[in-house]
Amino acid sequence: MVSMDLSVRIGSLELKNPVMTASGTFGYGEEYAEFLDLSRLGAVVVKGLSLLPKEGNPPPRIVETASGMLNAIGLQNIGIQRFIDEKIPFLRTYDTKVIVNFFGDSIEEYVAAAERLSSVEGIHGLEMNISCPNKQAGWCIFGTDPRVTTEVVGAVRKATKLPLIVKLSPNVTDISLMAKVAEDAGADALSVINTLTGMVIDIKTRRPKLANRTGGLSGPAIKPVAVRMVYEVFKAVKVPVIGMGGIMHGDDAIEFLLAGATAVAVGTANFVNPNATIDILDGIMAYMKDGKVEDINLLRGAAHAI
Amino acid sequence: MSRYFKAEIQENRPVHTVHNLLTLNVPVSMPEPRPGQFFMIEANKGTDPLLKRAFSLFRKTGQGVQILYRVRGKGTAILKEMKKGTLLEVLGPLGTCYPLPPADAVPLVIAGGIGIASVFSFVEQFSRRAIVFYGARTKDDLLMLDELQGFAKEVRVSTDDGSAGTKGTAADSLRHFLSHHASPITHHCIYACGPHLLLKAVSEIAGAHKIPSYVSMEEHMACGIGACLGCVVKTRDGYARVCKEGPVFEAREIVW
Ligand SMILES: Cc1cc2nc3c(=O)[nH]c(=O)nc-3n(C[C@H](O)[C@H](O)[C@H](O)COP(=O)(O)OP(=O)(O)OC[C@H]3O[C@@H](n4cnc5c(N)ncnc54)[C@H](O)[C@@H]3O)c2cc1C
Ligand SMILES: Cc1cc2nc3c(=O)[nH]c(=O)nc-3n(C[C@H](O)[C@H](O)[C@H](O)COP(=O)(O)O)c2cc1C
Ligand code: FES
Repeated sequence: MVSMDLSVRIGSLELKNPVMTASGTFGYGEEYAEFLDLSRLGAVVVKGLSLLPKEGNPPPRIVETASGMLNAIGLQNIGIQRFIDEKIPFLRTYDTKVIVNFFGDSIEEYVAAAERLSSVEGIHGLEMNISCPNKQAGWCIFGTDPRVTTEVVGAVRKATKLPLIVKLSPNVTDISLMAKVAEDAGADALSVINTLTGMVIDIKTRRPKLANRTGGLSGPAIKPVAVRMVYEVFKAVKVPVIGMGGIMHGDDAIEFLLAGATAVAVGTANFVNPNATIDILDGIMAYMKDGKVEDINLLRGAAHAI
Repeated sequence: MSRYFKAEIQENRPVHTVHNLLTLNVPVSMPEPRPGQFFMIEANKGTDPLLKRAFSLFRKTGQGVQILYRVRGKGTAILKEMKKGTLLEVLGPLGTCYPLPPADAVPLVIAGGIGIASVFSFVEQFSRRAIVFYGARTKDDLLMLDELQGFAKEVRVSTDDGSAGTKGTAADSLRHFLSHHASPITHHCIYACGPHLLLKAVSEIAGAHKIPSYVSMEEHMACGIGACLGCVVKTRDGYARVCKEGPVFEAREIVW
């Protein structure tokens, strides 16, 4: 068979293959380095960072649901400075792209974080998480109000030359509208989707099971929603879409590519199988081989052809 | 050395009403597990439940490891039905272990309920040296008592309903022991595993008597390897991951 081309482009970023890790599910990379060769991944996306370290929510922070889980970690992280000092030197030793997921409580914090990260050797791209509450705008979510999204993405766009990926919240009525807004404000790519807000109630204690009451739903349970959203966003924008939500196997990843994703990110599956990303990459290659697909880019959006 | 592997069920049998003993054949490449450490074990072949379950090392056997588990919900109910020969995905050994006591110290080991699973092989290390305070809800929930008596210096049993040993908790029995004990308490070192409230009580008693003490904490886990930040407990240094910085912590580090 002729050689297979697995490389994809996310803005100016070239990935050797479309398999990435989803932020918050792969630590800072080193937690998984004993289980797989990080150099085989298209990109490592690290746990969301803020300017200053953040403590996160009280436990219990996770609860299992049918074919999924709810998490309310509360964005606990070590802060940008410690990440630069302690984690980047390790990640630099691998031949993969490092994408840093980040967030802030205010537009100024987003901008300051993006600026700080942009000058660090070994960071190849930024993914901004706009699913967090905006203190300035009275606790609305940055990614659910189109005006606030425009403002925060626009401000970060001015602050960095790195490829900028905006990670959309699925907790909106019209995801394609939010996608368009983010694209117009300067996003080079869009990540679709973040977790869906959910709740589990303990019928014995009659209280929510998570200390935070609500959490983000992830895992196979959300896959159909995520595929639909990737499909809609692909139609609405020109920038590449990174698809995620419940990808467990190669075939799940293929579904996202057919819906329009350029690359995929693997989240909860890492918890079930620390080698999930590599198994998924192998699964994608097997599908291409079976179907005699020579270039992975030929799969993108194929489900849209009528 | 690999900490992610497939293990074959060699035996999976009930030991009591809702308690089972699982023996897994593990690859020789698996690092040697230490008492206090745990494994993440696949409890289901489908996606509901999805995540692996955390179980302490109960005992190391010739070719394998044993897990003592209580059937508690969906995952353990499915695990209980799994037959000899089934291959399970396993991650481990994970986490910290019980640190050894000074050579001249008497280990005081407190086990509450299924907490016995975690301390059993630790007690086994010290031939007739450890004093075990073993508490359970009722007489029927006391597991592996005969074996334990075989290698502990002494086992002090307590039950919530008084159906065996003294009535009360293992912490009550520890408190009673320490207040009636003549030898210098500097010669003790405390190790405990069990429900949160028991560990809290043990920590207070140990603090009052100024005895070094270690507790094995429990939290809901997703990854087991420090990546998800789901399993944290509050410590004096902020949140710590039970799967990575624990499960065994110095009791005074925990904010109870
Ligand atoms: C480090 C560690 C060691 C453990 N060792 C043992 C052992 O040796 N023997 C034993 O019987 N049990 C042990 N447990 C508890 C065991 O993990 C739970 O009883 C088991 O996960 C319950 O699963 P389930 O599907 O039957 O219950 P469900 O209630 O259906 O589980 C629902 C979810 O909650 C999680 N969960 C429920 N209870 C607990 C709990 N107490 N701790 C952590 N997660 C929980 C499950 O993993 C799952 O994600 C240990 C827990 C930890 C954290
Ligand atoms: C424990 C956990 C922590 C997460 N933390 C972050 C985060 O810090 N930033 C972010 O943008 N997304 C975070 N996510 C969302 C994931 O990156 C991903 O979008 C989502 O889980 C859907 O993918 P999955 O179903 O494959 O897990 C987190 C998800 C989980 C399960
Ligand atoms: S279980 Fe994931 S960090 Fe401990």
